[in-house]
Amino acid sequence: MARHHVSATVNGDGVEFLCETGQTLLEALRDELRLTGTKEGCGTGDCGACSVMVDGRLVCSCLMLAVEAEGKSIQTIEGMAVGETLHPLQRKFIEHAALQCGICTPGILIAARSLLARNPNPTESEVRYWLAGNLCRCTGYHKIVEAVLDAAREMRGG
Amino acid sequence: MSTMLKYQERELKIVGTRPLRPDGVDKVTGRARFGADYNLPGQLIGKVLRSPHAHARIKSIDTSAAQALPGVKAVVTRDDFAEMPDEYAAVGELMINFRDVTRNMMAREKVLYDGHPLAAVAAVSEAVAREALALIKVEYEVLPHVIDVVEAMQPGAPLLHENQYTAGVKPKPDRPSNVAKRLEYARGDLAAGFNEADLIVEREFNTKPVHQGYIEPQACLASCSEDGQAELWTSTQGHFIVRAQCAKVLQMDVSKIRVTPTEIGGGFGGKNNIYSEALAIALSRKSHRPVKMVMTREEVFRATGPTSGANVKVRIGCTRDGKITAAEAELNFQAGAFPGSSVNQASMCAFTRYDLANVRVVGNDVTVNRPKVAAYRAPGAPIAVFGVESVIDEMAKKLGIDPIEFRLKNAAREGTQTYYGPKLGPIGYIQTLEQARAHPHYSAPLGPNQGRGIATGFWFNIGNETTCSLNLQEDGTLTLMLGTIDVAGGSRASMAMMVAEELGIEFESVRPFVGDTSTLGFNFLTAGSRGTFASGMACVIASRQVIEKLRQRVAKIREVPLEAVAWKDGHARPAGGNVAQFAPMSLAEIAKMAGKTGGTIAGHAEINAQGAGPGFGTHIVDVEVDKQTGSVKILRYTVVQDVGKAIHPAYVEGQLQGGAVQGIGWALNEEYVYGDDGVLQNPGFLDYRVPVASDLPFIDTVIVEVPNPNHPYGVRGCGEVPIIPPLAAIANAIENAIGLRLCQLPFSPPRVLKAIDDAAAAKG
Amino acid sequence: MRYEAPKTLEQAIALLSGANGQARVLAGGTDLLIQMRSGRAEPELLVDIKAIPEMRSIVAETGGYRVGAAVTCMELIENEAFAQAWPGIVDGVRLIGSIQVKGRATMGGNLCNASPAADSVPALIAAGAVVCIAGAQGRREALIEEFVAGPGKTTLASGELVVSFLLPLRAPHSGDAYLRFTPRTEMDIAVVGAAVNLTLDDTGVCSRARVSLGAVAERALLVPEAAAALIGTRVDEAALKRLAAAASAACRPIDDKRGTKDFRIKVAGVMAQRAAEIATERARRPS
Repeated sequence: MARHHVSATVNGDGVEFLCETGQTLLEALRDELRLTGTKEGCGTGDCGACSVMVDGRLVCSCLMLAVEAEGKSIQTIEGMAVGETLHPLQRKFIEHAALQCGICTPGILIAARSLLARNPNPTESEVRYWLAGNLCRCTGYHKIVEAVLDAAREMRGG
Repeated sequence: MSTMLKYQERELKIVGTRPLRPDGVDKVTGRARFGADYNLPGQLIGKVLRSPHAHARIKSIDTSAAQALPGVKAVVTRDDFAEMPDEYAAVGELMINFRDVTRNMMAREKVLYDGHPLAAVAAVSEAVAREALALIKVEYEVLPHVIDVVEAMQPGAPLLHENQYTAGVKPKPDRPSNVAKRLEYARGDLAAGFNEADLIVEREFNTKPVHQGYIEPQACLASCSEDGQAELWTSTQGHFIVRAQCAKVLQMDVSKIRVTPTEIGGGFGGKNNIYSEALAIALSRKSHRPVKMVMTREEVFRATGPTSGANVKVRIGCTRDGKITAAEAELNFQAGAFPGSSVNQASMCAFTRYDLANVRVVGNDVTVNRPKVAAYRAPGAPIAVFGVESVIDEMAKKLGIDPIEFRLKNAAREGTQTYYGPKLGPIGYIQTLEQARAHPHYSAPLGPNQGRGIATGFWFNIGNETTCSLNLQEDGTLTLMLGTIDVAGGSRASMAMMVAEELGIEFESVRPFVGDTSTLGFNFLTAGSRGTFASGMACVIASRQVIEKLRQRVAKIREVPLEAVAWKDGHARPAGGNVAQFAPMSLAEIAKMAGKTGGTIAGHAEINAQGAGPGFGTHIVDVEVDKQTGSVKILRYTVVQDVGKAIHPAYVEGQLQGGAVQGIGWALNEEYVYGDDGVLQNPGFLDYRVPVASDLPFIDTVIVEVPNPNHPYGVRGCGEVPIIPPLAAIANAIENAIGLRLCQLPFSPPRVLKAIDDAAAAKG
Repeated sequence: MRYEAPKTLEQAIALLSGANGQARVLAGGTDLLIQMRSGRAEPELLVDIKAIPEMRSIVAETGGYRVGAAVTCMELIENEAFAQAWPGIVDGVRLIGSIQVKGRATMGGNLCNASPAADSVPALIAAGAVVCIAGAQGRREALIEEFVAGPGKTTLASGELVVSFLLPLRAPHSGDAYLRFTPRTEMDIAVVGAAVNLTLDDTGVCSRARVSLGAVAERALLVPEAAAALIGTRVDEAALKRLAAAASAACRPIDDKRGTKDFRIKVAGVMAQRAAEIATERARRPS
């Protein structure tokens, strides 16, 4: 079966890879580009562990075909820190112990960053509803919500 | 060196604070590698063929077409694995039998559940592997199946194991049964106790199987070499246990398998067992290439052990002023396809919060056609306590006694003799009850259709074999090699904190790592709330060993007697008084001279940690019930728990919050749904409904610290207790809100609405 | 399996028509990818229509709106003017999956997947939306309540695809709302869905109404009897009770792992009533 040649931008870098029609963007990121920070928790869009940004939009990469990434700009967890500088959300997550096992953390950070980009002053309820698509089984979400609200405060200059 | 260190109260600089965990940056940047993140050049992808039937005899398996498919490099079936005789071992808090382990891993005579592995292939890609599975021809003789525990206990129920006769019954039964084992704990005179009672309440409860719900599916990567050695990377709670089990079922020397634990994306007891590991090793051996096996979410639900569904009968009697005179329970637990549920642990935990003279608990371990049960956070206790704490609540209400007051009247305390064996040492149960009662949550006003419930929990916690090694490096920093898997992320930090506290140095000077199985002696797996207790103990022992050696070196270097050398604040100093004076030496200075003064300075520990302190907790929950739809909303939740000592309070809080939320999910919506054909209908996160962020409020936590006298810092395990009270607390809150006692889990809206409508119909 | 991303509608139609029924339209893919993964769908050709401008736009037209079938849920939610005119449709769209799913999913896909529980469909039916279809035989329009035939089945002919939805002009004092029942607050498939769209006259009496129920039959239902309970009334307690009863009576649900028959029948009435209350409150707001 002939494979598709895809050119895209990932975390600001131009990339190329080959993929089958049926391969998802998640599989291409992990298996072709070896960017394993984005995780598969369910493969059916129910857990959010595979969350990435595509052309500024928060999506589940398990629900997108790799071939659909042609010409798109994709952002994964690997691009969230800038050099040695962690994003405030990343810092706050560590400070607040908002991660335990850490498997859901990349997806939640990507989702939280996309919330704060659109709504810099969310309420607790807005944070919870935005993150409803990201399952966490370890924390009960408590410290995650605290960390997001604290990061938002810092990013607003508070 | 003494192997057990007693609690010592002292001023603490690091233990009890909240430093940043050393593995945090890797986890927030995506750098940390979990099971599926490992790859080796030339690796093959392994996939498993699973039974579509709940119960069937395997008449034949023909893999020839699969083997002939281009790209397929190895196929294994039961023929590739040895027959194992009965042999028992402890795995976490449950026992396993190797005869069953090999059969659960790869069916031999029968398939016993939808999802049971029958064959596995390794191929050059996932697509080819799937194609190969479709080419394997299996002839089944489908048999009647049974899943419900009560049905399975009836004579005449479809039988899973023809040679299974109920153990623990005398004389030995003459007929085989799905009841693998019956156990009993009894004390005092139950009949007399019930005679004394002014009030007796008897209730029956039913629960469904629920899954640990870890977000990371099982994943492993095996690589075998031609001389029979195997390397295995796997996401597990216990790499030494994985090594042991693989060695057994593959009939290899333990030392020929080297297991590297990857970061683990949640376990909660579900990753205490091997699933694909031995299959991957066998496929790698056959194909001469590395083999990677990652489960899909559907496979995780269909084929890894959820906890038991159960039938529980509770009967308690008390006097009119609330003193319990007799208590009994019957616990009937699904074990899944092979014996070994947590009915024993459930029995131990059912009533232990109370000081009871007359008590009896009978437990039945029942095999049924669903996956073999795996441990799930305080295995069995939430189920038993759901029944007992519901009945306690009902009794308190009938007598007009405040529910906390009722429990205080009967509370276990230091010196209470448990009915399952030990006498309780210093414990914090009463403190948790009193602090719950004093908490503003307990007296906050409630609105219409809102109700409040409380419930309490107990877990015995464990210790077991633990080793570690602490090495002082040339520049004075230390490497701490641990054998305890860090499942929840706070463990590496907490161990480093204890070492830093002992040595009087900066937290950042101690770098903790979890080593593979070749680096240390045997370590039990991370379960039973044992990590901070047992591994902490080992770290403190190793630290004190290092201090002893440092003192000896300094005595030599400074040419003073050993007694003159004290260790304080990271330095060797004169001990004070009339001893010889000398210029203090820092850790770095001593380390620099280590080679010249005798060699590298290191400490280590190989212990079997005993004296784990039991944990107790009290929970308060407020709910609101929508009486038109049966929807139950959690408004407010407070966890009060005695943890002995919170080494790192943020991670202790995380355990309390996470455990409580798993309990909330168990209470409200989580359940395995089987069709009439015995096939699991909801093997995914869409219809297996774990709580999402918008379902929950903040979970308030109150940490109580009654030191465990058997740990140098007073640590008790804390991870399991928090999942125990929520089921009953929520049942009690619902009862408080709408006056209806629900005895069937989960309290999903259709069940709640039906109860409301049935009650209204009965009235009107 | 082949993949094509045509840039014009004509190209898309040609691809679909030439595929002998073995092609699937790929819009958001949030249902299709799951079906392909489970083996339920095994298309030979995927026709990605996201590059076709007409399918991706939201345009005010003849007083109403034309919404391209491949506009994503998030784009629709973020369109303030549309959300102002049709909050009930946006209620439904907001409930499709997670933010991540909504970043890709589309109303066209939600409709054509033809799940009886689709969240955007009842409010579209209540709104009286018209489905604009194109195929090798040309263009045609269909009433949305007649578009779905049954679970997983639409009335599209081979080679046809949905191009856009046409929403009519909004009369003053109109309001719509969609509510669904799910065990969790988010991420569940609707156990029951209810949409109400109504218009009040200058004296506050309901002059027009449409009521639609989802997840209680083999497809979303338009329930004229339920609407009749509201028309000519001030949407008072008694009218709402009659609405609820009519909604319950119209259900022909199944027992499944998400809800029992009895539960759905009962809760359909409750959700219809609550949706009507919200729609009425919206209609009463000054425009």
